[in-house]
Amino acid sequence: MRDLLLCPPDYYGIEYEINPWMSVAHGAETAIVQEQWKQLHATLSKFCKVHLIAPQPRLPDMVFTANAGLTVGRKFIPSNFRHKERAGEQPFFAKWMEQHGYEVEWLSETLFFEGEGDALFGNDVLFCGYKFRSDVQSHRAIAEMLGCLVISVELVDPRFYHLDTCFCPLPDGGGFWFPNAFDEYGQRAIREHVTDLIDVAPEEAQHFSCNAVVIDRDIVLPAGAPQLVSKLQERGYRCHALPMTEFIKAGGACKCLTMFMPQREAAG
Amino acid sequence: MFSETIELRGHIIDSLILPKVLDQILTHGGNFKITEVQIGRKRADQSFARIEVSTETGEGLDELILRLRQQGAEVMERANAQVAPAPANGVFPPEFYVTTNQQTFVRFEGKEIEVTPGIINSAIAVDRKKGSARAVKFFDVKKGNEIVVGHQGIRVVPVQRTTTHTDPFQFINNIVDAEEPKSAIIREIAEELRRARGAAGKVAVVAGPAIVRTGAGGHLARLIEGGYIDRLFAGNAFAAHDVERALFGTSLGLNPDVAIARGGHENQLRAINTIREAGGIATAVREKVLTSGVMHASVKHDVDIVLIGAVGDEGPLPGVTTDVIECEKILRDKLTDVTHVILLATLRYSLAIGAFLANNVKTVCVDIDPSAVERAVERQPLQSIGLVTDVEPFLRVLADDLSGSKVTK
Repeated sequence: MRDLLLCPPDYYGIEYEINPWMSVAHGAETAIVQEQWKQLHATLSKFCKVHLIAPQPRLPDMVFTANAGLTVGRKFIPSNFRHKERAGEQPFFAKWMEQHGYEVEWLSETLFFEGEGDALFGNDVLFCGYKFRSDVQSHRAIAEMLGCLVISVELVDPRFYHLDTCFCPLPDGGGFWFPNAFDEYGQRAIREHVTDLIDVAPEEAQHFSCNAVVIDRDIVLPAGAPQLVSKLQERGYRCHALPMTEFIKAGGACKCLTMFMPQREAAG
Repeated sequence: MFSETIELRGHIIDSLILPKVLDQILTHGGNFKITEVQIGRKRADQSFARIEVSTETGEGLDELILRLRQQGAEVMERANAQVAPAPANGVFPPEFYVTTNQQTFVRFEGKEIEVTPGIINSAIAVDRKKGSARAVKFFDVKKGNEIVVGHQGIRVVPVQRTTTHTDPFQFINNIVDAEEPKSAIIREIAEELRRARGAAGKVAVVAGPAIVRTGAGGHLARLIEGGYIDRLFAGNAFAAHDVERALFGTSLGLNPDVAIARGGHENQLRAINTIREAGGIATAVREKVLTSGVMHASVKHDVDIVLIGAVGDEGPLPGVTTDVIECEKILRDKLTDVTHVILLATLRYSLAIGAFLANNVKTVCVDIDPSAVERAVERQPLQSIGLVTDVEPFLRVLADDLSGSKVTK
């Protein structure tokens, strides 16, 4: 059973604006937030062992644990957040991982890197997104720390500011993605390393459909992507579509709310 | 040309970052030279590329580098040039850098600045406030001026030989000796002068007295009337010969048109006296005392006249600068915007002027003495044509070729 890290949304809310989705004027409904997160927790708990980190006041985005860092085997590489609003999350995640027996390996403070949000394994390749949040220079450091091939892809649409908002690799070697979120070089690089890519339509991509948690044949994804769900079902996946409206208001959904511990047992 | 060296590391081949960076350089008007590349052998091995990026402007380079940094490019730190204060007026600090006539850049406080003007045998003074670098002569330097010392932080960009054969200055064998045919080359030079006139190039002639003595003054006057010459550099002797010829039909008492002339040697002194009496060449033209010749044509057609004195000059004529340092300052200032220089039968002034020419100035040197031609063109082997010939046939063929396309500037 896979181990996942989640963070209850006790202090979650739209308190600042650091991506095009966020609007302080259109805050999240607390009651619906709790309900949507509990549903995600319950769904994931069916297939995985879910661990919880204690939420912290004044760190509303700590709920998005995917950005805590990247875990491979027993090694945890904490993120260096680009925005100061989120930088305060780092020590809490690092301490929690250390207390749970993970070896914490730090990146240089000068490199921005936002964890699993911008780093996803597909086959034996680690795909890393850059520009809006992570620096491409951090990818080289990650590749050295893990000793694996890192494919760096440039993100060009600010609405899809993390790699996990527009790309989701599948265990069968395929994946689904929103191609327009990448420049042409990124598109070519992904096509060269991922077979049978499913293109997600723009109207479904904006429901954060690519922000999905894949556990073997089960895929937990936000509701609002019937075309994608039917294509995934054709490939033999079971899809669990959940309402995520209150988290999408902050630019996150199922995958952003989840970190794998580890994402891979070993790199490469 | 401005340039920086960048380095790319990582999985730049599989991520297509190397081709992306090269494409970005080209699409933003830059050029690149890959100076080193190492491709990783195993799947997880990282690759490395060192690339020299160059652009036409400094701003263009800054903008491009900013883009490339986003793709992970690291700019190689270049060392800044070292400077030391001038210990006294007219004295450079020890180990001062001596310029060539090649385009030169100096890196100062992290920025690369072009040294202007691009003249040989100077030191480089940097001005922190203006962010400028000047080539300075001894007479320019004041105590405390910051002068570049050593070779660190200096980049010299030699003129590249073109790969296309459109420029006669780069594919004609530099020196055409006395026994080789010249009319085809003179036609090429005529074509170059037409192009220069059309492209607002500044053409200067450095004229020696032999032009007048061989009876070629009329041909040079035709070039001036055709609007092909912007500036005339000459010594007192040339002007005096030309005026004498205009007033008395002789030069140094000899008439190129008749075997025996009246008046003899005294004509030159009388001619100089006439101009001195008139108050100068321009006044003499205005008052119709001087009505023909090269100086007359120059005044009439607004050619900028620069007259330089020498020991033994008769007169001198009004307007001749006799202070040597003053002459150097004038030459430097008057040559900064010149694109073409035609050196005609005067080794003395050809060498003096050559010392103030940037390496991108196209030069034609005509002299009957092969060693004079050789000395004049040796500094600019890619930008110069030397013709060993009497100046009269050269100017005649050139003026005949160009006189079909007279314009007034």
